[in-house]
Amino acid sequence: MNIFDQFKRSWAITKKDLSIFYLKGPVVISGLLMPSFLFFAFVLGRKFSPGFLIPGLLGMALFVTVSSIGPVIAPWETRMRTFERLISAPIALWAIILGDIIASLLFGLFITLFIVLVSIVLLGTEIISLALIVGTILAAFCFSSLGLLISAPATDNPSNIMMLSSLIKFPLIFISGIFVPIGEMGSWKIISYISPLTYYTDLARFSVGGTNYFNPAVSLLVLLGFGILFFFFAVKWHQKSLDKRF
Amino acid sequence: MQAIEVENLTKQFNGVTAVDHISFTVKIGELFGLLGPNGAGKTTTIRMLTGILKSTVGSAHIGEYDIQKNPLEAKQMMGIVPEMANAYIDLSAIGNLLLIGELYGIQRKERVEKAENLLKLFGLYEKRHHKVRTFSKGMKQRIIVAMGLMNDPQLLFLDEPTSGLDVESVRLIRKLIREFNDKGTTIVLTTHNIEEANQLCDRVAIMNYGKIVAIDRPEKLKRAIQSTTSVEVAFVKRVMPGEFTFEGVSEVKKVGNKLRLYTEKPGEIIPMLVKYSQSSGNKIISLNTLEPNLEDVFLKLTRRGEK
Repeated sequence: MNIFDQFKRSWAITKKDLSIFYLKGPVVISGLLMPSFLFFAFVLGRKFSPGFLIPGLLGMALFVTVSSIGPVIAPWETRMRTFERLISAPIALWAIILGDIIASLLFGLFITLFIVLVSIVLLGTEIISLALIVGTILAAFCFSSLGLLISAPATDNPSNIMMLSSLIKFPLIFISGIFVPIGEMGSWKIISYISPLTYYTDLARFSVGGTNYFNPAVSLLVLLGFGILFFFFAVKWHQKSLDKRF
Repeated sequence: MQAIEVENLTKQFNGVTAVDHISFTVKIGELFGLLGPNGAGKTTTIRMLTGILKSTVGSAHIGEYDIQKNPLEAKQMMGIVPEMANAYIDLSAIGNLLLIGELYGIQRKERVEKAENLLKLFGLYEKRHHKVRTFSKGMKQRIIVAMGLMNDPQLLFLDEPTSGLDVESVRLIRKLIREFNDKGTTIVLTTHNIEEANQLCDRVAIMNYGKIVAIDRPEKLKRAIQSTTSVEVAFVKRVMPGEFTFEGVSEVKKVGNKLRLYTEKPGEIIPMLVKYSQSSGNKIISLNTLEPNLEDVFLKLTRRGEK
């Protein structure tokens, strides 16, 4: 069975996910509101330039939306026994996971695009660049793979995974230079290096204000590396936990 | 080549053996039944054969493919109707079928055609755009069976397909099982319903404690336990089982207003009953000889505590 066939079947998973989990009014609205509320709760009343604000909002929106639904798909499908249906079909586990990743990537890109458009219209900020487009896609893949990695434990209880997801996601948001630029983090900045969100936020700052800490090429490569690593371990750990799901 | 060839298949969960070194074959075109009480290992066996679970020891071939080594090729040949309904409740009936069609690599035009034909066959065409969430249990089970048939499988696994359904759905599903088998589809049917296995299956394997305790044609299995032939008798006046300790009767049971006398020689017991009736003045209302049924075989072979 060739790999192209598996990619096609992966796309079937993506369409299914979009239809069942993502393209619902409440999900889209909370996808837009949640990162915005979180962000503005922190920055309102403080004096930040659009060049600092917009990249932070972009990073937050992409990270939160891309990794919000993806982690709960596996436990939800385990509970509904549809995961068993997928595993018994002639589709490889990596293709199922890839399908889930692409669905959450597309959802995140849609929300981010909306925020970009609003930023352009309201603030007149010029933020479109090739580096940002490529970086956003790589970051969406990376964050989505992280979400699928988080969903690897064999549980049929989505709230268990939500809790695990929050435990991992929120600390990452605070160490990734969204609220405090990396250059101002002093000796703590070393912690920010372990977060893929750091590299995306920095890339967005480069695109908006031309202020960046890392070389944009390095940020792109690191995002790609994190993405591949998360995807690899997501497949490996899901494979390992498969027997315990049924 | 066989449709299924299982050798020494074993599954352990944390040291507990759910399936214990079983070996059997299923011929191409056969309707094969897996019978057994709860926890016998039937569903675990099906899950290993369909590639959902990995075996601890042993191998299973689906046609020419080893399910462990070539799982995708083996899965491409089969259709699965699991024990628990597992359609996507937030997709429509046709949405579920089209998704399955895509997962089996069926081209768009063909999958729409197949989905519509199956919906008509299962009496769900009018509700094809309704979400499965709104379906009754019987309708859900019909859509699950239709999903199992979407890829025209050479081998169809049915795990308790009629469990808990209304009479109409049971009849429809049984009729379709027979029809698909007549067209050449090999079918493996797991059921608690002994009568269903008796009616439908060419051969049955009876599982208990993870092992296959008997495997043969239903008729042969019944013949193998002739001692469960019985004579059923009803008298006008009330009688007690203790009054019928005839030689050659292994057990006497009260079944409603009747007595059932288990014996290998019903021909010798009937005159004794007639003689009893005449001497006691208690007239016989009805008298029947009952052949052993598959349920007797099942109960005899799976009597728990007699491992």
